[in-house]
Amino acid sequence: MTTLQPSAATGPRPAGPPARRARRSWTGWGFIGPFVLVFALVFLAPLGYSIYLSLFRTQLIGGTTFVGLDNYQQALQDSQFWGGVGRVGLFLLIQVPIMLGLALLIALALDSGRLYGKDFFRISVFLPYAVPAVVASLMWGFIYGTRFGLVGDINDAFGVKLPDPLSSDLILASIGNIVTWEFVGYNMLIFYAALRVVPHSLYEAAEIDGAGQWRVISAIKLPAIRGALVIATIFSIIGSFQLFNEPAILQKLAPNAITTDYTPNYYTYSLSFSGQQHNYSATVAIVMGVITMIVAYVVQLRGMRKGA
Amino acid sequence: MSKHPRRLLRGTVLVCALALGATACGGSDDGNSGDKKVGSADIQAALKKGGTVTVWAWEPTLKQVVADFEKKYPKVDIKLVNAGTNNDQYKALQNAISARKGVPDVAQIEYYALSQYALTKSVADLKPYGAEKLADSYSPGPWNSVQAGDGIYGLPMDSGPMALFYNKRVFDKYEIAVPTTWDEYVEAARKLHKADPKAYITSDLGDAGLTTSLLWQAGSHPYKVDGTEVGIDFTDAGATKYTETWQKLIDEKLVSPIAGWSDDWYKGLGDGTIATLPSGAWMPANFASGVKGASGDWRAAPLPQWTKGATGSSENGGSSLALPELGKNRELAYAFVEYVNSGAGVQTRIENGAFPATTKDLNSEAFQNTEFPYFGGQKANKVFAESAKNVPADWKYLPYQVYANSIFNDTVGKAYISGTKLAQGLKAWQDASVKYGTEQGFTVEK
Repeated sequence: MTTLQPSAATGPRPAGPPARRARRSWTGWGFIGPFVLVFALVFLAPLGYSIYLSLFRTQLIGGTTFVGLDNYQQALQDSQFWGGVGRVGLFLLIQVPIMLGLALLIALALDSGRLYGKDFFRISVFLPYAVPAVVASLMWGFIYGTRFGLVGDINDAFGVKLPDPLSSDLILASIGNIVTWEFVGYNMLIFYAALRVVPHSLYEAAEIDGAGQWRVISAIKLPAIRGALVIATIFSIIGSFQLFNEPAILQKLAPNAITTDYTPNYYTYSLSFSGQQHNYSATVAIVMGVITMIVAYVVQLRGMRKGA
Repeated sequence: MSKHPRRLLRGTVLVCALALGATACGGSDDGNSGDKKVGSADIQAALKKGGTVTVWAWEPTLKQVVADFEKKYPKVDIKLVNAGTNNDQYKALQNAISARKGVPDVAQIEYYALSQYALTKSVADLKPYGAEKLADSYSPGPWNSVQAGDGIYGLPMDSGPMALFYNKRVFDKYEIAVPTTWDEYVEAARKLHKADPKAYITSDLGDAGLTTSLLWQAGSHPYKVDGTEVGIDFTDAGATKYTETWQKLIDEKLVSPIAGWSDDWYKGLGDGTIATLPSGAWMPANFASGVKGASGDWRAAPLPQWTKGATGSSENGGSSLALPELGKNRELAYAFVEYVNSGAGVQTRIENGAFPATTKDLNSEAFQNTEFPYFGGQKANKVFAESAKNVPADWKYLPYQVYANSIFNDTVGKAYISGTKLAQGLKAWQDASVKYGTEQGFTVEK
């Protein structure tokens, strides 16, 4: 009996707050509204529209029909798509470690304080990042030319025969070289910024304990910038999966080595603009987006777990 | 010979003018078409009333024609827009059509791309405007190319009967005869490359336009199109002739691996390392502007033959002007297209270096006797006009040739960089084209 009373007493109490909370929540929406509107418009709407598109199929003959998940089923069995994924996967496994390794090396060298002309070195490594990818690809395209490019000039001047960087065997490595050139400076800057915030007292303590430079790097510097390393890795993964500018520009010079399905992004572009397959193109883009998210998330989980 | 047709034309224009006021009618019997859905009278009324016509085209000679047209019809405003060259413009046009917004009233569409637009009814049938009366005024290749099913979906603007452009200086230097058959062409390629390892008979990295043109000349019929029923087959006798010969050039590395229209390509044409170029009759203007240094070196010859003594030819490139279905001011747009492609515009364009599709102009003495300073004074138009006559009119492109051409290097291109044979490459192209056609709802015969 006595237990009834509190429950009866608590009964009416919730009736009050909801009304008040509702009023409060409207005020909240007032503040958050403009942001939500813009967020919905620029982030959610395009995603939603792509998903909507991916559920239809438009044919030259027969027009547009609703096909449910057929496009997804097709994408999962599409050897052209998976070929592209495999290619960027290979690119990721080889190019990203090289690029990040170089960036880290340069950042550590700059941070060591033993370099002359540090500022000049830093800016010149960073400069390629300021060159638009399209311009960089065009420039490297000229360099790679075996007839009238730099490679051709070297061949003529020294009487050697360098392998053709635009041949189908080497083209992926050539693209990797361009991307590395473009982004080493950017990643270097991320690492260098992270290194600058490491308290100097740690280095002094290490010195007192008799630690050498390698020991300082492995025991202090690298653990301290692990967060930056993970972030840079994730950016690089996303960048690799989105590879587009470089192959698209070089395709004009090496049309047989770079196919229209060379990377997943290039494939979606070709599907959409040459083949008028907007629906399937949207599907491939979504599938690729999901793959990228999964890989990036796995790397983040692993990176953070090690960091903990 | 040349005077008579001109007098006739002048007389026709006079009759038209008397009957209907100043007109754009280049055809001789426009006066009888009053009973048609859109008669000349409607077109005349529209021209008098005036309006704006947006034209998407990259053909450079149109600029002068537009100026002349606006002068003749002061109330008409032609907006000439360069929306990109071929594929770029098709992408823009297709996007505008999909969005149903910003569609031009007139669009330049190459022959190989036109049937795609015709099939999807994206461009208007010009029969109601009296286009079929112009049938006899065009050479057979181009006229065949603007028709699909029962309709006429554009008026031929120019044409590209094939010829073999060759660097006479190089041929003379190594005492090589100009090949008249493709077998001789291969021989010439061997001889040239042996004499100068840096020199190649031509450059080829796989070009859909060239391949289809050579198949066309060889009498192959890879594409069968009947409405939405499509057949693709690259194994007939003509195709085999082509693959067997071209395979030799690839295997023996006798063609230079340079992409067409690249800087390297222009340099090669200029310095003699690319010794010939099988191409369309629109090429001289490009030679004159892009390969200035080799002026006087080059000549035009008839295309080598697949059978000795034959005279077969084909078309390479060439464009029509079409009226997108979603465009406005249809009458005005048609009047403009007819002025450009059949009326006074033709002569203006020839004077500026274009190659016509109208037989009257192709056969005119003045045209045939034009000397090309770039070709050392050669009367090259004679070669081209002869070629235009010998184009078989029964060739068909796929209704989705734009897409098919875009994947040519994905498939046939493999033959240029690996052990894949040309015939296998064509088979892969065939399979990919069949797959796309099926996906797009065509009935594809396999």
